[in-house]
Amino acid sequence: MLLRIWLLTTLVILFALSVLTGPAGLTLVDTVRALFLGQGEAATLVMREIRLPRAILGVMVGASLGLSGAAMQGYLRNPLAEPGLIGVSGSAALGAVIVLQTGLAAAWWLALPMAALGGALAAVMLILLLAGPRGSSLTLILAGIAISALAGAMTTLVLNLSPNPFAASEVVFWMMGSLSDRSFDHVWIALPFMIIGWVLLLSLGRPLDVLTLGEDAAATMGVATGRVRMVLVLGVAACVGAATAVAGAIGFVGLVVPHILRPFVGARPSALLWASALGGAAMVLAADLAVRLILPERDLKLGVLMAIIGAPFFLHLIYKTRGELR
Amino acid sequence: MTLLSLDNLTVRRGECPVVDHVSLSVHAGECVGLIGPNGAGKTTLLRAALGLEPFSGASSLASLSAAERARAAAFLPQARQIAWPMAVETLVALGRVPHLPRGSTPGAVDRAAIDDALHRLGLDGFRQRIATQLSGGEQGRVLIARALAQQTPLLLADEPIAGLDPAQQIATMQVFSGLAQEGRAVVVSLHDLGLAARHCTRLILMHQGRLVADGAPDDVLTADLMAQVFGISIWRQDSPLGPVLQPMGVL
Repeated sequence: MLLRIWLLTTLVILFALSVLTGPAGLTLVDTVRALFLGQGEAATLVMREIRLPRAILGVMVGASLGLSGAAMQGYLRNPLAEPGLIGVSGSAALGAVIVLQTGLAAAWWLALPMAALGGALAAVMLILLLAGPRGSSLTLILAGIAISALAGAMTTLVLNLSPNPFAASEVVFWMMGSLSDRSFDHVWIALPFMIIGWVLLLSLGRPLDVLTLGEDAAATMGVATGRVRMVLVLGVAACVGAATAVAGAIGFVGLVVPHILRPFVGARPSALLWASALGGAAMVLAADLAVRLILPERDLKLGVLMAIIGAPFFLHLIYKTRGELR
Repeated sequence: MTLLSLDNLTVRRGECPVVDHVSLSVHAGECVGLIGPNGAGKTTLLRAALGLEPFSGASSLASLSAAERARAAAFLPQARQIAWPMAVETLVALGRVPHLPRGSTPGAVDRAAIDDALHRLGLDGFRQRIATQLSGGEQGRVLIARALAQQTPLLLADEPIAGLDPAQQIATMQVFSGLAQEGRAVVVSLHDLGLAARHCTRLILMHQGRLVADGAPDDVLTADLMAQVFGISIWRQDSPLGPVLQPMGVL
């Protein structure tokens, strides 16, 4: 409970800072007036059309990635599992890359998120076919690795066949992941999928707790392991597919956040779901804030920063807990 | 009261039957020892009885819904899995999940069941200890307590005393025979023939997937059957605490 209050408070503060930070040089009074009262045309536009959706998307994307990571680690009983493992983010990225490359994305703004969601859906169909009700957690991992590899190869092929370096660089920049220049349209397109994903994943708390004892014990304690796997895949796909569709590939959140918060919830997978959703949202907001503060003029990408901070931090965690990881 | 009945239960791996037309029933008040050499089919029999393996024939437990089965029988798998560094009490409390309606939290009855399970396994002082930091044998006891907290009429335990020290082996077998005396039933697979002889009310001997003998320990642990199934000679003597049985040599 204390942890939840602490995480929520951090989240609210980061959200406020995110809304207050930007290159427009607005004062605190300006931003509050513009946001709540709509005073000042330019300021209102900046606040309501640029900063607010950006902050909201940060919360949505972060919560989705954190929650998916906690659910994946809980189901696979492995602290190294992460949402990208089932190949959904790779496939969503492939869908996005194809429309970027073909120019469809420039012609119609909805094409990119729709194609990314389509890619995610294709990956889900494939993974359910391979590791559906009759599969196991091992087939899920193997199928995920194969789908990720295929999506990665296809993405590289698209880059390889790129007609000019500008098209290729556009793709590369998109793949770095970012929340800049997003609007409420992006919020509305991602939100339904993410809500479905959140509801599905948060329903898995108790089964994930029981799975701590292994699949056999869980199955004899009333957990339908096949159903849990289906719900997990659909929930993670909805969350990660939608997150990739609106923000590109952002790694490490789903891996690191559950890992940081696990000791604070007594390692209970059910408690970790909520905590990781809040923690993920806070982490993405913080990183998106840092992106704007460190190099405001160079458009530092969120995914890049996340990996630069996330990877050494993860190494530090592994170093600290290496005795406990068996 | 019959708590488990198997009728011609057969499990095949390819063409080879690993459990071959086994029929038996287990009644309330029985502490049944499941014995046999490695590869005799003991684990597969227990798993199939619970519906964890595809089989032909019939099992009264496997035909229940998952929720009903979880309240009818608890299972202690051979592999001791504790994935996360959780407190002992939290892990044992998982045994109450089959009794908790969705969204509800454990009540007084559940807490009493958890306390009882911890107490029976001598884990009162371990409540807040992190389970993954305990020794293998202690983890084994935590998992037995988890299965006891499920408070089912029937407990199926696959080699639960492997890796426990002698005192804990005896204490655990006493817990199992105590459950049987309370009117519940336990099916426990084990390799210690002496403990099986002293603590079980009935023994089932398996060999190459088939049920070779089923009856009172004295009728099953005969020199002939031990020679035929295990290929060993045994030394046997009666003591005030029950029969002492020691494998002496490989034939």
